[in-house]
Amino acid sequence: MQWEIVIGLEVHTQLSTNSKIFSGASTTYGAEPNTQADAVSIALPGVLPVLNKGAVQDAIKFGLAVGAHIAPRSVFARKNYFYPDLPKGYQISQFDLPVVGKGALTIQVEPLSGNAKPYEKVVHITRAHLEEDAGKSVHGESQGVTGVDLNRAGTPLLEIVSEPDMSSAAEAVAYAKALHTLVRWIGICDGNMQEGSFRCDVNVSVRRPGEALGTRREIKNLNSFKFMQQAIDYEVQWQIEQIESGNAIHQATVLFNPDTGETRTMRSKEDAHDYRYFPDPDLLPLDITPAMLEQVRATLPELPQHKRARYILEFSEDGLTSYDANSLTVSREMADFFDACVATAGASSAKLCANWLTGEVSAQLNRDGRDMTQCPITPQQLGGMLKRIADNTISNSGAKEVFRIMWAEGGDADAIIADKGLKQVSDSGAIEAIVDEIIDANADKVAEYRSGKDKLFGFFVGLAMKASKGKANPAQLNDVLKRKLAG
Amino acid sequence: MLDSSLTQLGAALRAKKISSVELTQLYLDRIAALNPSLNAYITTNAETSLTQARAADALLSGGKAQALTGIPIAQKDIFCAKGWRTTCGSKMLENFIAPYDAHVIEQFNNSGAVNLGKTNMDEFAMGSSNETSHFGAVKNPWDRNAVPGGSSGGAACAVAARLCAAATGTDTGGSIRQPAALCGISGIKPTYGTVSRYGMIAFASSLDQAGPMARSAEDLALLLNVMTGFDERDSTSLQRDKEDYSRDLSKPLTGLRIGLPKEFFAEGLTQDVACCVHAAIAEYQKLGASIVNISLPNSRLAVPVYYVLAPAEASSNLSRYDGVRFGYRAPEYSNLTEMYEKSRAQGFGAEVKRRIMIGTYVLSHGYYDAYYLQAQKIRRLIAQDFTDAFKQCDVIMGPTSPSTAFNLGEKGDDPVQMYLSDIYTIAVNLAGLPGMSIPAGFCSNGRPVGLQIIGDYFSEARMLNFAHQYQLATDHHDRAPQNIGL
Repeated sequence: MQWEIVIGLEVHTQLSTNSKIFSGASTTYGAEPNTQADAVSIALPGVLPVLNKGAVQDAIKFGLAVGAHIAPRSVFARKNYFYPDLPKGYQISQFDLPVVGKGALTIQVEPLSGNAKPYEKVVHITRAHLEEDAGKSVHGESQGVTGVDLNRAGTPLLEIVSEPDMSSAAEAVAYAKALHTLVRWIGICDGNMQEGSFRCDVNVSVRRPGEALGTRREIKNLNSFKFMQQAIDYEVQWQIEQIESGNAIHQATVLFNPDTGETRTMRSKEDAHDYRYFPDPDLLPLDITPAMLEQVRATLPELPQHKRARYILEFSEDGLTSYDANSLTVSREMADFFDACVATAGASSAKLCANWLTGEVSAQLNRDGRDMTQCPITPQQLGGMLKRIADNTISNSGAKEVFRIMWAEGGDADAIIADKGLKQVSDSGAIEAIVDEIIDANADKVAEYRSGKDKLFGFFVGLAMKASKGKANPAQLNDVLKRKLAG
Repeated sequence: MLDSSLTQLGAALRAKKISSVELTQLYLDRIAALNPSLNAYITTNAETSLTQARAADALLSGGKAQALTGIPIAQKDIFCAKGWRTTCGSKMLENFIAPYDAHVIEQFNNSGAVNLGKTNMDEFAMGSSNETSHFGAVKNPWDRNAVPGGSSGGAACAVAARLCAAATGTDTGGSIRQPAALCGISGIKPTYGTVSRYGMIAFASSLDQAGPMARSAEDLALLLNVMTGFDERDSTSLQRDKEDYSRDLSKPLTGLRIGLPKEFFAEGLTQDVACCVHAAIAEYQKLGASIVNISLPNSRLAVPVYYVLAPAEASSNLSRYDGVRFGYRAPEYSNLTEMYEKSRAQGFGAEVKRRIMIGTYVLSHGYYDAYYLQAQKIRRLIAQDFTDAFKQCDVIMGPTSPSTAFNLGEKGDDPVQMYLSDIYTIAVNLAGLPGMSIPAGFCSNGRPVGLQIIGDYFSEARMLNFAHQYQLATDHHDRAPQNIGL
């Protein structure tokens, strides 16, 4: 029996404003409990919300980045429910008139299974709205007592809601990753998933092809891409099994337990709150003028999807692949590094640059536990080295040595090459001499090779390289060896 | 001294005929003597008030006095005042000491005025008789069997009984004007957004507006000068140039038009009140104003619309009183839900609970469109009625309340009768317009009657002009109740 999977995401991104969405209290993560809870965060009698313009600009930025309609007038509404970490007894959010309307995001999907090829997909965005975060209930500090930390209460969130456009865990993860890249790229969210800056709720349902949408269940608060994939896989399997064994799916909110790999019902539809939304009378409607839009538009960097397309257009002749373009646009820091590096090394080194960035540089950063912003070498340093690879001054193995020194000690490529004597030998006379010597000293092997044992070619390359102390130009060496061994 | 206007008091203070400390002490002594029977104040703090008075005296000596420097003002217990217990008339906040000043309090502090104490009020400003206060009913100084009106009943009583030089109030559906009328004093609710709501405990945010209560229009103008002004901490505060509300007081009324809405003189208005209001209108004609008959056809819907919208907002505004962070928490509970339920059941009085339930109901899924949304639409129609009316007249006049002060306990069992006490004042809040009440004589039983003046947006100076000219020609506002130790 065939099944179709239908997935939609609601992503809460914490906006990187210095102060809260409706007060001047700081939003810095990790402070002592309640030290960032001002009168508004505590909801003292008589306090009033004042909208943080920075949060509005962030929302506009996002809207523009996904080509969405930005509402000229949107409205803040109160979502009413009681919970100890919700100080006012309501959350200020947006309901029927959100600031960001319909938009879309193009994603690159890497299928998780076997040989399926990567493909591109457009995911539609339903809306994105501004709202405030709640505080945290702290359980278990002392027996029988629950504490409340209101530091996070009032932190600005942009909730981004997608259409149910995704039909596999791979697509959902690809969309979440693309969104994660985008919000960091445009600088509205630090994307720190451990600290809860980027939290995903995933709506999952299954149906038989051609049938109406199935009943969905919502997996709440996933804060890692790995968990998202596991949770969806489990949930899909569970729903299919239920239906196939004759049970109906009931709308519910579920939690994923990473330890068991299972989802568990948190509350059913019957327990759902009636939030009694109504426009917040303490706040005026949010009016966004065309001038404000243009002001924000002017601050937008080149977006990842545009950059990606440009890379393919400009550098595919030099061998840059679509896969490379994806890797180079995983973060703005990576892309900026690449741009600056290519500016130094020249456009013809684009592919080489991509290989080094996604290869050696990324691996080294990973090993050191750093990110791109903490890279010890500059794009100009790397570009300088690539130039020397391109003009055959150094071999690949020589380059690895230059890179190692550069990473550990700094310095530019030319100085390191001179200092360590890494310039490769491209003098044909010198290479011929080395090859002659090797052929003389290994007459038996040469005879074997000439009688058809081609595999020995590598053996001769190795000897010659060793004799040149690794400095022989490999291409040249190959040519000379081939010619001379042929006899 | 007790009958002096604020202008006269200010002059006396500056001329050193009396010090602020002496004046403050005079009022504190009167409060000590009369408050046990009138119950106008919930909290006084003599030491704090006298400290402020001493500071005011220093300013007066230094020649740095402003109009209200050194003058003792009673603050409605809805305004947070740093270090002062701020109860909002509720058991829920019985022990709440405000850690900050409301904008109104700041403005008075900056003007050098003295905070004389916190006045009694209906619980969370929900009531028209002051009987819903957790701290007991306030008595009407004109007749202690009568209510003072509400919700700013303590303020109205304190002004009428000369227990302060002037007072602040708040008005969500008539809470300044109705008690002003019932206690024979003057009070004005300015245009919505003119006085910042920052630090003023919310009842119904889109309707709540603070304003002054005093014995004359002239005093009201001075108080408004202090209370108004843009405040960025209130998003609904209006960014306007500072104005002098006294500027038009002396202008003649010749050629100005008074609109009389027929709906305000229809069934339900008591004979005595109608007589006094008509007499006041006749006085205005003598002063040169002309009369225009107008209609506010949707005003009959004001009370039902108000009792959808105000409770809706209140049900949400009062959710923060959950016993978690401050305020009353039930002594015994076995889980979170029970803590909420018991704290709120025990901390709120019956009227507050009634309105929370109404508000929760009208916002509920399936009822929202029929109640809340429909009420919002009618609210716009009501506002449009006024806009149309002001094309024909400069101010609108009528009774403030359909009757004079009723007896304590008289309407306690009948919330609808109680709600109808605000039938003429509520439409003004729904439209966000300025409205005021001034004394217009007395009923045969000796209880005061109020004349309501409604103006177009931002026409407070014009309204005060109307009120002041009437007060120059009449002496209703100068009359004082018997038995208040004068």
